[in-house]
Amino acid sequence: MLIFEHARPGRRNYSQAPENAADTSGIPEQYLRKKQPLLPEVSEMDTVRHYTRLSQKNFSIDTEFYPLGSCTMKYNPRACNALAMLPQYIGRHPLAPEDTGQGFMACLHDLQEILKDVTGMAGISLAPMAGAQGELIGVMMIRAYHESRGDFERTEIIVPDAAHGTNPATAVMCGFKVVEIATDKKGNVDIDALKAAVGPQTAGLMLTNPSTLGVFEENVTEMSRIVHEAGGLLYYDGANLNAVLGKVKPGDMGFDVIHINLHKTFSTPHGGGGPGSAPVGVSKRLLPFIPIPFVKFENGQYDWVTEKEVPQTIGRLSAHMGNAGVLLRAYVYVRLLGRDGMHRIAEFATLNANYLMAELKKAGFEIAYPTRRASHEFIVTLKNVKEKTGITAMNLAKRLLDKGFHAPTTYFPILVPECLLIEPAETESKQTLDAFVTAMKEILAEIQEQPDLVKNAPHTMPLRKLDDVKAARELDLCWKPED
Amino acid sequence: MPFIPHTQEDITEMLASIGADSIETLFDEIPSDLKSGQLTKVPPGLSEMEITRLMMERANQDGFYQNFIGAGAYEHHIPAAVWQITTRGEFYSSYTPYQAEASQGTLQLLYEYQTMMASLTGMDVSNASMYDGATALAEAVLMAVRSHKTSRRILMPETVHPVYKKVVRAIVGNQKIDIVELPFCTEAGRILPESLDNDDFAALVIPQPNFFGVLEQVDELTDWAHSKNMFAIGVVNPVSLALLTPPGEWGEKGADIAVGEGQPLGIPLSSGGPYFGFMACKNNLIRQIPGRIIGRTNDLDGKPGFVLTLQAREQHIRRSKATSNICTNQGLMVTAATIFMSLLGPTGLRRVAEHSHANTVSLVEKLEKIPGVERAFSSPFFHETALKLAKPVDKVLSELKNKGILGGLNLQTLYPEMENTLLICATETKTAADIQNCVEHFAQALK
Repeated sequence: MLIFEHARPGRRNYSQAPENAADTSGIPEQYLRKKQPLLPEVSEMDTVRHYTRLSQKNFSIDTEFYPLGSCTMKYNPRACNALAMLPQYIGRHPLAPEDTGQGFMACLHDLQEILKDVTGMAGISLAPMAGAQGELIGVMMIRAYHESRGDFERTEIIVPDAAHGTNPATAVMCGFKVVEIATDKKGNVDIDALKAAVGPQTAGLMLTNPSTLGVFEENVTEMSRIVHEAGGLLYYDGANLNAVLGKVKPGDMGFDVIHINLHKTFSTPHGGGGPGSAPVGVSKRLLPFIPIPFVKFENGQYDWVTEKEVPQTIGRLSAHMGNAGVLLRAYVYVRLLGRDGMHRIAEFATLNANYLMAELKKAGFEIAYPTRRASHEFIVTLKNVKEKTGITAMNLAKRLLDKGFHAPTTYFPILVPECLLIEPAETESKQTLDAFVTAMKEILAEIQEQPDLVKNAPHTMPLRKLDDVKAARELDLCWKPED
Repeated sequence: MPFIPHTQEDITEMLASIGADSIETLFDEIPSDLKSGQLTKVPPGLSEMEITRLMMERANQDGFYQNFIGAGAYEHHIPAAVWQITTRGEFYSSYTPYQAEASQGTLQLLYEYQTMMASLTGMDVSNASMYDGATALAEAVLMAVRSHKTSRRILMPETVHPVYKKVVRAIVGNQKIDIVELPFCTEAGRILPESLDNDDFAALVIPQPNFFGVLEQVDELTDWAHSKNMFAIGVVNPVSLALLTPPGEWGEKGADIAVGEGQPLGIPLSSGGPYFGFMACKNNLIRQIPGRIIGRTNDLDGKPGFVLTLQAREQHIRRSKATSNICTNQGLMVTAATIFMSLLGPTGLRRVAEHSHANTVSLVEKLEKIPGVERAFSSPFFHETALKLAKPVDKVLSELKNKGILGGLNLQTLYPEMENTLLICATETKTAADIQNCVEHFAQALK
């Protein structure tokens, strides 16, 4: 039932808004709305019940194991939310003077310094509001750098074929042509293909490392050399930073610009699809182009850095200070973990992934890159299962829901057929991983014995399999009272 | 080990299963010369009790002020239920609803949000949100250019939020799109439709209310844009729409795209974010709209349910040919806004809009009586307006701040030519006593 179907004309919540009308004679009639909007007329209790019930139809980290590859669904500590929502922080107007926000700005400045250290970059801007926006900003800086040197010939961005779709989409939004390069049999970028692709037209390379194939780019140093020698710059997509945090710094791998997904590595909530937050880090040569605002500390005072101090900045990418509240949550998280905790993130994420990979392999699943170490994630392929039985990765994913587990990422990366990208994250216990392996074994048996059970999954969710084709063909995007 | 549940026994068993002798072995594919790992600037960990102490000390340092600043972010009452429900773990810690059957909560909520937003803006459809108001406007500009076959130029009034304009320029700047500024009438504080004589543009951006709080002549502007074969993009305040004509009904045919900052719908000011942007449009533009969209469909038994739809526009399918690189929306913020709109309902939201308007009128009428204060513009306004002061604005604001009042925004920081001009706003959160107190301190500061 939709919230609108609970409504009755004239029902109101008198505690939540002034009861009586106010004088609006200052607004000429021609500007006034004639027909009231379709907002539900429901009681406070109806609203609370309705949305509480809806929440119960979601899988979430707080309720289920959620091994969604490349998304780093780790536990979101409750303290991070509680402390970011202290009334002084959430009550502060973004344009309030700096001297009324020194506590808030101190948190942001501390976070900048910590992120510089863990990434090995020369400067950090906290402005970007999501990974894709971090990418956009990073590629804008690459463009600004070349143009500042009078080099307008660099029109191409190189992207490996395993990359997230946001990489090529971002390069195009920045006015670049995208050149895709292949992956070799071991899961590394094909070095010969890279050599053939670079030239005076190369603006840069966007790389995720460890890659979305769940393996570390073994030739990253050589790749860095090849791109730099051609005059291009290196972009580090931090989607998988969780796998190497405290082990390798992107700055040491030769990257010029990076983004860090705080909603992944720094455990800020995914919120059903956002808000994200993706600070960018830059090497020395890109410092003049860094986006604003960010925080400086001088003479005992925190202040915003603006265009005046960074005249070549690529500018502002949000109306105010990015997703400030998300930054506070990330700050609380790093302070709770501290230096030792930062090192443990990659260690236990990697331990969990390699253990799960070993156990699934023993259970009879085919691993896409069996000779490689898993990073914090790995790929299972059902290519052979599908050929023999017709059961697809999506069928298995839906059957996992029945068994109380959120499905791994399916059909990404695109170059591995019938794939499941599995990322357990460091906050899961061995016992949870074992239960997941048991469920996967059960499904493998079901595929042999009761294939229709798997093919028609899910069976225990609030709904059975939903018709995507109908949704796209007969668009129904808004409820109408006559429905 | 904070948030790591492993016992020593677990670790031993797991390594044995892998066939590795230590956790460090698992990193043996990383070239050894790259391994650094020393984190010197990360301080040692704190317990929850210790970090609570630190965050509370810093919060207390910032304190509380009576706020009369608007300028794109507005203080409204937020019902307690909004964030209590929004931060339930099932909403807070889930992700983009890729597995529809296990995400019906988020999906249905977003469908309800789309319905509310489309109706509030008077449009046919809404997406499931953008990052913020400024980026929503940038995406609307890109959408208009994609849909307009002949022009890549956008007409942008100076009365649009100046930071939005900067963001638009930054985002679309590399795509060979011209943003042409349209000057406003400095007496009226708005665009004069009769002064327009521009041609060959893809779209006209129309703010309502504009950055000065002033009401633009939206009907005339929309009709003019359409007469010149331009799209009309409305930039609107969602709370105002409970009271003001929605963009979908401006002029003869209505605006084509409506965007804006969603923050007034139950999102705290939060020093600037996270907020959310909204975007709605007419049916003919639906395949050009960026971001997540939810559709209603049926399951195998014919029961209604919800899925992500029109994904063929998006980056994870179309890669370099996508409508935008956008991946996430601001899901949690939209969750709060949907619950907020349900609790307020059409009448409650209208009351909030009316009282915000009436409070600002009351504040301005009282301030005008102080020698050295006059209205900057003659036109009607919604819940914010500009005042000319006889003294430097920064000096006045500084004196008010010492009394615990944030008295508005110095407009010269964004419009260098506007000397001694203040932008001020009083929402429904201000009582008659708050307004009186504010007026008295203004009078003191202007003596």
